[in-house]
Amino acid sequence: MNKQSLRNVWAIYTRELAGYFGSPVAYVFIVIFLLLLGFFTFYVSNFFEFGQADLRGFFQWHPWVFVILVPAVAMRLWAEEQRLGTIELLLTFPVSLPQIMLGKFLSAWSFLGIALLLTFPMVFTVIYLGQPDMGGVISGYLGSFLLAGAFLSVGQMTSSMTRSQVVSFILAVVISLFLILAGYPPVNAVLNGWGAPMVLVNLISDLSFLTHFISMQKGIIDLRDVLYFASVIGFMLFAGAVVIQNRRIA
Amino acid sequence: MAMIEIKNLTKFFGAYKAVDDVSFTVKKGEILGFLGPNGAGKSTTMRMITGFIPPSAGTALIGGCDIIEDSLAAREKLGYLPENAPVYPDMTVVRYLDFCARIRGFVEPERSRKVEETLEKCFLTEVTYQSIDTLSKGFKQRVCFAQSILHDPEYLILDEPTDGLDPNQKHEVRQMIRQMSPQKVIILSTHILDEVDAVCSRAIIIANGRIVADATPDALRAQSPSHGAVCVTVGAAAPEPLIQQLTQIEGVKTTEVLAQSDGDLKLRVYPQSDTTVIADSVVASLMQGDVAVKSVFVEQGRLDEVFRNITSNSH
Ligand SMILES: Nc1ncnc2c1ncn2[C@@H]1O[C@H](COP(=O)(O)OP(=O)(O)O)[C@@H](O)[C@H]1O
Ligand SMILES: [Mg+2]
Repeated sequence: MNKQSLRNVWAIYTRELAGYFGSPVAYVFIVIFLLLLGFFTFYVSNFFEFGQADLRGFFQWHPWVFVILVPAVAMRLWAEEQRLGTIELLLTFPVSLPQIMLGKFLSAWSFLGIALLLTFPMVFTVIYLGQPDMGGVISGYLGSFLLAGAFLSVGQMTSSMTRSQVVSFILAVVISLFLILAGYPPVNAVLNGWGAPMVLVNLISDLSFLTHFISMQKGIIDLRDVLYFASVIGFMLFAGAVVIQNRRIA
Repeated sequence: MAMIEIKNLTKFFGAYKAVDDVSFTVKKGEILGFLGPNGAGKSTTMRMITGFIPPSAGTALIGGCDIIEDSLAAREKLGYLPENAPVYPDMTVVRYLDFCARIRGFVEPERSRKVEETLEKCFLTEVTYQSIDTLSKGFKQRVCFAQSILHDPEYLILDEPTDGLDPNQKHEVRQMIRQMSPQKVIILSTHILDEVDAVCSRAIIIANGRIVADATPDALRAQSPSHGAVCVTVGAAAPEPLIQQLTQIEGVKTTEVLAQSDGDLKLRVYPQSDTTVIADSVVASLMQGDVAVKSVFVEQGRLDEVFRNITSNSH
């Protein structure tokens, strides 16, 4: 990447990020995100009664909260440009499509990262409760951030397909849900019960976000998991670019 | 060589041919008016020239750079004002222009200077810090126009640049376009005929996706049926004898009554051909009679007549 490419990505990135924080929706999103996680962690997981000084009861809910909230963050990325017609200027600026995709993605990902960082009181709580495995906490957060990025890339792809934010949202939720459920142990058990060969069941669950996410909660940062998320993100950004390139504007 | 070359541009939407084999070249200093009724294919052509939609066939060269093969280089040279002036509503004017300046590769301190200069040039200083969604239609249009000229592009594509502006604003924008034109290649689309007269050095009329005329506004006007006709207003008189008298003149084809009121009689005398000059003999003939001549003028022809003729024939 040369200097101007970086400048272009940066220009798109800052514009989008300012867009997030310039609208009240962003703050509403963060509040809902924190409330949902708090509710699940403290009321459903019974965090305190568990009496354990680790964050598993907190992280385990992230996929289910993300599956609803991340598509909501992603839906405006392209749908809004198409609705406003600003896509016509964006795509005729001397900026390449990968630069635009990357700038948009990184800005929304940063926003999700900030929301994630705001859960820091959880970390203090476990430190207060006992001697948490800090490695586990860090790899848990990293896994959660990567998971958010993967959901986001799916959402950006569906957003590029339509000018309607609602359609984008629904598509993203459906695809994301599918990608979680493929690795959800109860679902795998059902597949096994139907007599599906073990190899197939393992393959399906290997393709799931959940399998790799859970693996990262164990306190080990496995390069394969990181690579998995990176390739999902890369693939989805590429798919989004292809959709935009071949869009039939109305 | 500074020019835009359009080569056989064609666009199908499904089976519908919106643009049909359009070719032309525009040189530096020219302001090309792209004229046509709604739905003629003006915007579609401009979207292909600027690289927004891929043509079904043909291409456009912007200063020698192919908009398909060498898209980024071609886009760098272009300034584009799309139809309806789309701008991000949640940004302030200055932030939006700063964003565009970054994209165009300006770095500080030049970037701020460019933005400021453009704000002034487009009469936007009073709304510098205003959020775009609170602006009136005219101001939004000007913000988008500002974006298109910020980097002082050599090639300017303007899709209905004065759409939705009031007469004063229209005048300002046209003046700006005229002032910039010596160093630039400008293509602007419009369905307002006055605009062609006011700013364009050349006009292309397009109907149903095809070019049906390509000439200077004056040459187009000369195709008007009323071109060269003599209009006279005389004091009250019976029309019939006067018509007979005028139609007998050498070179006159017909005479028609335009208006008749209690005081005045207004006539239009048509020559037999475009090139016949009849003004002098019409005046001489009128002087012989005993009617009071109140006004005489030679019609230049009317663009709207030509426009209507050309665009309705092509159906
Ligand atoms: N994306 C599209 N899909 C289908 N038809 C289109 C599309 N864009 C334009 N058209 C059609 O192409 C024709 C030309 O449109 P346009 O170029 O916008 O005309 P103009 O700008 O001259 O008013 C119209 O009949 C319009 O309905
Ligand atoms: Mg149009």
